[in-house]
Amino acid sequence: MTLLLLAILAKVGVVLLVLLTTIAYAVWLERKVVARIQSRWGPYLVGPHGLLQPVADALKIFFKEDIVPTEVDRVIYWLAPFLAFSLALLSISVIPFGESLTIGGATIHFQITDLNVGLLFVFAVTSLGVYGVALAGWSSNSKYPLLGGLRSSAQMISYELSLGLGVVGVVMLAGSLSLREIVEHQRGLWNVFVQPVGFLIYFTAAVAETNRVPFDLPEGESELVGGFHTEYSSFKFAMFFMAEYANIVTVSCLATLLFFGGWLGPVFGPSLLRALLPVFWFCLKVFCFLFLYIWIRGTLPRFRYDQLMAFGWRFLLPLGLLNVLVTSLILAWRSA
Amino acid sequence: MAPLFYIFAALAILAALSVVLQRTPVYSALSLIVVLCSLAVVYLLLGAEFLAVVQVIIYAGAIMVLFVLVIMLLNARQETPSDRSRLARWLGAPLLLIFLGELLFAVWERFPSAATRAAALPDAGPRAVGTVLFRNYVLPFEVTSVLILVAVLGAVVLAKKRL
Repeated sequence: MTLLLLAILAKVGVVLLVLLTTIAYAVWLERKVVARIQSRWGPYLVGPHGLLQPVADALKIFFKEDIVPTEVDRVIYWLAPFLAFSLALLSISVIPFGESLTIGGATIHFQITDLNVGLLFVFAVTSLGVYGVALAGWSSNSKYPLLGGLRSSAQMISYELSLGLGVVGVVMLAGSLSLREIVEHQRGLWNVFVQPVGFLIYFTAAVAETNRVPFDLPEGESELVGGFHTEYSSFKFAMFFMAEYANIVTVSCLATLLFFGGWLGPVFGPSLLRALLPVFWFCLKVFCFLFLYIWIRGTLPRFRYDQLMAFGWRFLLPLGLLNVLVTSLILAWRSA
Repeated sequence: MAPLFYIFAALAILAALSVVLQRTPVYSALSLIVVLCSLAVVYLLLGAEFLAVVQVIIYAGAIMVLFVLVIMLLNARQETPSDRSRLARWLGAPLLLIFLGELLFAVWERFPSAATRAAALPDAGPRAVGTVLFRNYVLPFEVTSVLILVAVLGAVVLAKKRL
């Protein structure tokens, strides 16, 4: 019992460590890639190729003065960043990273917990993520954060629907909500080839859900200063920042699992390589998604707010419904 | 499992009290979210993962977000207590006690012993819920959705006088 508990704690620790490192280096990667796109150098002074820049950033942000404006609603002002950050970390707990491994009778699952409704769990946690943003905007008691908070809540609610509809096709194909079973179902053919429309809907909605360019209206610097986190400084700001990147990582993991076969890929060689290759494929696919995110950020301009809402409700949502309808018709026709 | 149940049951009751007692609407709404999430944990402890997750998605993630948004839009701050109705003060507590007693009695009547309580728990996976919902209760389900549609249309008509 104690041993089991220790094993679970160790696993949680390792996953958290990997996730936080990924977040830190996703920021570095973003600065580097965007700099490359814009013909700049990006960070290169701290360590070789600026590789130690995340450490410097973290130290800097934690030693900054923590300014709390006088008119804020203190309890909620403190609660909001913690809520955003912890919820962003929570969803990683059901993400499987690789096939289960058996070494000398002991089975190692590359996953913190295998919930039979894992996919819905991620959606539940994501849907709670709105509160961090909305409450931060409200509690700051200042006009730009309030507008930013309202905007982003409206945006997240709108795009959550499309996000859900985009994956319904995948769930119907696999006949399960367990992420592990959905991946196993893709052994023959990745879902992205069966559900291309579903993937496009999912990815578009996911970019909007994580408040990224071209859907980063909540933070539209030119009109809202910094959006919902205008009044936040020091480590509370860092928490929002890390929550955003943690969400990007989660969404990329989910896209990999649902549409790109998760850890499936060519497996060969000695047993150790055989055991680790699935994890490598998974990480490689997630990395490609992170890169795609950054690429999009470096390339596309921001939507206007009404365009964004119209796009979500009038195009993405009907398309998602249509995709569900067509998929279920084909499935019914095939099983008949 | 029992200690977890007691912790979250107590949390749900405390938060429910806080919903009523808070003066600031946002705090009430947040307390209600805590109630809904604790209930989800109780479902989880009962082995109904699907219901637990759906509870969070629909109630905490969708309905309460709208509540919070409306409170934010109206910028409702501290509530000022109105002239309390004397009738409510005298009748409130007794009526509440009667209601609670009735509820307790009904639950007791249905599930007299722990064994039946455990046996009465149906399989609550997505497949089972779906089958029951779309086989046995198709008509109520569809009627409810039509009802919601009507409510939505009504709200739109009321909000936009000129369409």
